[in-house]
Amino acid sequence: MITLNDTLLVSGLLFAIGFAGVMLRRNIIIIFMCLELMLNAANLSLVAFSRFQVGPSGLPNYNGQMLVFFIITVAAAEVAVGLAIIVALYRARHTTHVEDISSMKF
Amino acid sequence: MSPILFWIFSLLMLGFAASVVVNRHPVASAMSLVVSFISLAALYVSLDAYFIGTIQVLVYAGAVMVLFLFIIMLLDLRVEQRRRINAVATIGGSLVAIAFVVQLMAVIHRLPGGKQPFPPLQAGNLDDVRNIGTTLFTAFNLPFQVVGVLLLVASIGVVVLSKRELK
Repeated sequence: MITLNDTLLVSGLLFAIGFAGVMLRRNIIIIFMCLELMLNAANLSLVAFSRFQVGPSGLPNYNGQMLVFFIITVAAAEVAVGLAIIVALYRARHTTHVEDISSMKF
Repeated sequence: MSPILFWIFSLLMLGFAASVVVNRHPVASAMSLVVSFISLAALYVSLDAYFIGTIQVLVYAGAVMVLFLFIIMLLDLRVEQRRRINAVATIGGSLVAIAFVVQLMAVIHRLPGGKQPFPPLQAGNLDDVRNIGTTLFTAFNLPFQVVGVLLLVASIGVVVLSKRELK
């Protein structure tokens, strides 16, 4: 049987992969994708805890799934704004490499 | 869902997530991320979160990834040139990620109830979407409307950012 530990382990590994991607990669779009991976890892552990805490009526605890719903909404808005910023940055600098964008003013 | 399917989808998800980090071509990374998100939706379904699994496919694998691919193709990104590897970032990043996994394993081994299987749900069909809708429009009504305003602000912000000249 699948236990809560298994799900949390998978979620933690996904978070670690996303974190390693943010630290290792230098392409700003890949960094952004890895941020999405980390958000999804948090969502997976929330859904697992929601399924684990079954109430007296035999239903999962829906508060966790509500939080996942809001995280997905906010992440979609975040992706839209972030990609608009990346496009504006690319227009100004013609690069997506973070080491070329180290000055704070241009 | 049977444990075999759970592990298959977990391995698919983790493998393609690693492929996002390793691939040097941005389009290949984005396609790997789509597969990873769809496997994650399968894991949600295995945890009886049918609605969350559906919006994972619709919003993440659909809308968000189309946006990513659209931007990658708009900017016309090629395969990255190999540059000198930043040794501090590579070693530091790997060390922190490995330390996080070790710490997590130590914590979840002491989690109460962590080794029991998930408790059974009520007999019969689970009205997942109806339960979520009821919770969303009663207990979480105010956050729901605040999120609507947030989406409006985000879309206005994107329009302002995309204008040619920022004043």
